[in-house]
Amino acid sequence: MAGFNKTNITPPRWLLAELTYACPLQCPYCSNPLDYAKYSTELSTQDWQRVLSQARKMGAVQLGFSGGEPLTRQDLPELVKHARELGYYSNLITSGYGMTEEKIIQLKQAGLDHIQVSIQASSQELNDHIAGTTSFEHKKQVAHLVKKHGYPMVLCVVIHRENIHQMPQILEMAEELGADYLELANTQYYGWAHVNRDLLMPTREQFKAAEAIAQAYKEKVAGKMKIYYVVPDFYEDRPKACMNGWGTTFLTIAPDGTALPCHSARELPGLECPNVKTDSIEDIWQNSKAFNFFRGDEWMQEPCRSCDEKTKDFGGCRCQAFLLTGDAHSTDPVCSKSPQHHLVEAAITSARAQALKPQEKTLLFRNSKNSKQFN
Amino acid sequence: MAINPNLPITFSPTHRLQWEEAQQKTVILYPEGMVELNQSSAEILKCCDGTHKLADIISTLEAQFATSGLSNDITHFLEIALTNGWIQQN
Repeated sequence: MAGFNKTNITPPRWLLAELTYACPLQCPYCSNPLDYAKYSTELSTQDWQRVLSQARKMGAVQLGFSGGEPLTRQDLPELVKHARELGYYSNLITSGYGMTEEKIIQLKQAGLDHIQVSIQASSQELNDHIAGTTSFEHKKQVAHLVKKHGYPMVLCVVIHRENIHQMPQILEMAEELGADYLELANTQYYGWAHVNRDLLMPTREQFKAAEAIAQAYKEKVAGKMKIYYVVPDFYEDRPKACMNGWGTTFLTIAPDGTALPCHSARELPGLECPNVKTDSIEDIWQNSKAFNFFRGDEWMQEPCRSCDEKTKDFGGCRCQAFLLTGDAHSTDPVCSKSPQHHLVEAAITSARAQALKPQEKTLLFRNSKNSKQFN
Repeated sequence: MAINPNLPITFSPTHRLQWEEAQQKTVILYPEGMVELNQSSAEILKCCDGTHKLADIISTLEAQFATSGLSNDITHFLEIALTNGWIQQN
């Protein structure tokens, strides 16, 4: 296995528990796999408790309960309680759909530390269109209740071509709702977003204008609301340091128990991702083929291999390299040094051409019916 | 941000200060993030219990470490902590 060096393995710090793929929303940029509908089995409460215990023992401390919509799992308070007893800092990453004040209180008592609520836009019409369900007013209510019950409130808005023009209103809405943190996440093009890329990617001009507005607002609300601005890496010169390096920090467990070095890694060929039903977290982290596949730098191709920035960005994102070039070992084409950087330029050009046309194509929404065509 | 010497200092209720066995370090935990602390920073933050003011904290720590002249270092660190939202005064 390339890059395999046991002495260099650092313990996991971040555990992402994708409790379920079930979700009442249909966001067309969902990071779940396109063929999620075929993974219908879910881990039991006991399986999750074992996973949490084993990962905590290794040093994982940040825990994300995610999905799908994690609130659809009836045992969520039980898992939160278990996590709190183990000393995790638990983050609930939710659409807010199905959340009630009673549940917010119950989860607080169980030891939940933080709730991140996603909102799709600053207007009801666009929010409900993107989410594929009527949810805007309820999401705002949930945001208020999260605040009321003493949680740090994080609002997450995924940014793309359909809502990027609302940047000023999104910022105002976040301030009005009393968000402690606002995550402005430019769409990352994996899963459903990859299929919908031509319709989701903003033009360079749109991106620049929105970024300037967000940066100016950052100063205005300094000390009150922290703004995390996730850059759209297609418009960057260098790739992101994906996952802080493969198998160094992040561990994702998918609903069916598959252990992944990142939540998109399922689509990479040849990893043979292990499952927590048969292997321990320790064994998975230390010894599995998947977690050692891109550890270190011996797997790298040129220009990464001899690049003086390889310890900074680790060659970028393996999933992006695979989606764009067909080879998961290649340099992330986002990098301007990549011999295949033209693929990123072509994607930008193609999205721009689509943006200038009257809307002919329509977004492919994330739902079971659409997912089944990818099985 | 400056520390008000007349008000007690409280560790933020929306952050958590915790000893991490695996890292052999005290850390601050907050939404999707973590800051690793060295020993002296950790000791300062442990004093921010909502009852002690700046001068009390300095004298407590000087006594604890049997030394003097920590005033500038402690004040400087608490200013950073206040700016980062790890502590509060009100």
